[in-house]
Amino acid sequence: MLMSRRTTLAALAFSLLAGTAFAADTIKIGVNEPLTGAFAASGTYVVNGAKIAADEINAKGGILGKKVELVIEDNKSNPTEAASVAEKLITSDKVPVLMGAWGSSLTLATMPKLEEYSVPMLVETSSSGKITTSGNPFIFRISPPSSVEAEAFEPSVKKLGLKKVDFLVINNDWGRGAAADFSKMLKANGVEVGLVETMDQSAQDMSAQLAKLKASDADTIMVTSAVDQLTLLFKQMAALGLKKRIITTGGSQNPDQIIAQAGAAADGTMHLTTFLPWWPEKTPNPEATAYFLSEWKKRGFDFAGATESFRGYDGIRTVAAAIAAGGGTDPASIQKGFWKVDFKGLNGPIKFNKSGPAGKESGQSKPNVYIIEISGGKVNQVQLGG
Amino acid sequence: MDQLLQHIFNALVLGGTYALLGIGLTLIFGIMNVVNFTHGALYTFGGYAMYLAAVALGLNFFVALPVALVAGLLVGAFIEFTLLRPLRRSDIDTTMLVMIGAGIIMQSGTLWIFGGVAKAVPTPFPAQPLTFGPVSLSYVNLFVLCAAVALIAITYFTINGTKLGRAMRATFQDHDTASLMGVNVSLIYTATFAIGSALASAAGALLGPVYVVTPQMGDLAAVKAFAIVILGGLGSISGATIGGFILAFAEELGAGYISSGYRDAMGFLIIIAVLLVKPTGLFARAERIG
Repeated sequence: MLMSRRTTLAALAFSLLAGTAFAADTIKIGVNEPLTGAFAASGTYVVNGAKIAADEINAKGGILGKKVELVIEDNKSNPTEAASVAEKLITSDKVPVLMGAWGSSLTLATMPKLEEYSVPMLVETSSSGKITTSGNPFIFRISPPSSVEAEAFEPSVKKLGLKKVDFLVINNDWGRGAAADFSKMLKANGVEVGLVETMDQSAQDMSAQLAKLKASDADTIMVTSAVDQLTLLFKQMAALGLKKRIITTGGSQNPDQIIAQAGAAADGTMHLTTFLPWWPEKTPNPEATAYFLSEWKKRGFDFAGATESFRGYDGIRTVAAAIAAGGGTDPASIQKGFWKVDFKGLNGPIKFNKSGPAGKESGQSKPNVYIIEISGGKVNQVQLGG
Repeated sequence: MDQLLQHIFNALVLGGTYALLGIGLTLIFGIMNVVNFTHGALYTFGGYAMYLAAVALGLNFFVALPVALVAGLLVGAFIEFTLLRPLRRSDIDTTMLVMIGAGIIMQSGTLWIFGGVAKAVPTPFPAQPLTFGPVSLSYVNLFVLCAAVALIAITYFTINGTKLGRAMRATFQDHDTASLMGVNVSLIYTATFAIGSALASAAGALLGPVYVVTPQMGDLAAVKAFAIVILGGLGSISGATIGGFILAFAEELGAGYISSGYRDAMGFLIIIAVLLVKPTGLFARAERIG
């Protein structure tokens, strides 16, 4: 017994030593994403994109002479898990910087941990406005808040001739935030806002909400959710014979996956997205887009995931740029470095502007927003504005 | 009024699948006194069995369904044989813990094998719905409802009209006496658990193509199944059937007319209300099952 305890202790000490020795050669980046649960598809794509970025950076010699190492953890699409994953990454893996946590509720749950340990986090997907306005100076976001999406969509309101809009949103910070921001913009443009229906993030049957929306006199339904739930929604809309204009927000639609899984049911739906992998030449950085897409294909990933995974790719590249700009591998240097980041991502320039209460500003980059339409089983771009 | 009709149709379809989920669970509890925490995992198993049979093996949809059902039957028999049989004489807590463990192993195994990304199972039914005036109903939902009702009827007949069913009911009443009368009690236990598992698996196989198949699909299904069984009264098949429809109507009408944000809470509100009035459930377990 004594013997075995001593052996265990020795092994523990050795592994701790080995851990520190290892840490000296690499820069760890914590990745906090939903790999299981309701957002498994999206989170997995983001992680795959992140791996491409890490490999590219390491192939070019790393940053500050050190290799990048991603420490990937699953937050199970659950805010409580997202917070404990962040804590584990910071205290046990000793990562000086994080990327995450996909969903707005997941990111919001993680934010107090960032303040507690003073570690910065790059937010790659979440779109709730609260994330960058609540005065957390460790947050740097490259995805658009829903207010920016709404602003980008504003010129299309007249062009599409919207009169009355209902909402069907996922029942969390992301969905409710989107409904609030879009309602505000629509009302300012003289569009009537009708029902705001919600659905649980793991709900599979939305027929009750859809029956209610079908009976409403609105011409358009704005939907906020991720690809798996959207697929189900379009199938159930078709089953109910619900034929209204559908516009989705949030940029996690993976249109090609919707086409593959919902088929004709998705025809005519419109989607606000932040990346155009269908036309690499039209993207702000065609060269980087072409490289990313070829690498994505080479690894055998599904093309449908590109609209999601590009954020993981850009996210890790942004973190790397912050580490290089900050000149150090400690959290404080990286946090400073984020403010100096200025490079061209796959969807336009990544540069952080101050957002939120003075003295405790978060960083918010302003990406491009596009609108696409699925018709005849194909993705077509719709010009914003008119 | 149009909306109400649509809600009623939706609730009927949903209720059929809820009832199917409930009877598998209540059957096992009623006869074996085992709280089957692998029920949700077996539902997921059915979804993946359907996916494997219809997509990976390319079997016809209507051939793949019975394949998934039989696969569930075999897995159920295997679980009973390896986990429950050695624990026959232990108390209910021990078996409960073992079943929780088995459920976790099954879910993690599914995740390990198939990954977390949802899989879609194509159906041979036309995407265009059937319309009756203002009410629309998809062919696949109609098929699911019919299949669920058929499976419930077969189960009911098996319990009440066959020799196996008589032996099951006898075992439920008094397994020692049943055993003295020449009933092979061990075999009855295996058969019961296998049938209950096959029903959960069939529900997963029927609903997988309607929704999508994911490793977590069983979580919500298990919660609903437990709710239905408690609502209907533990061990009662007709209770579980009616309980399934009550839950579906509560959810559908609650979401339609009160608030969709509280859709999943509606069912539980009804359960709390029922248990306050009738603590044993709507259909209290009598001295016999059926």
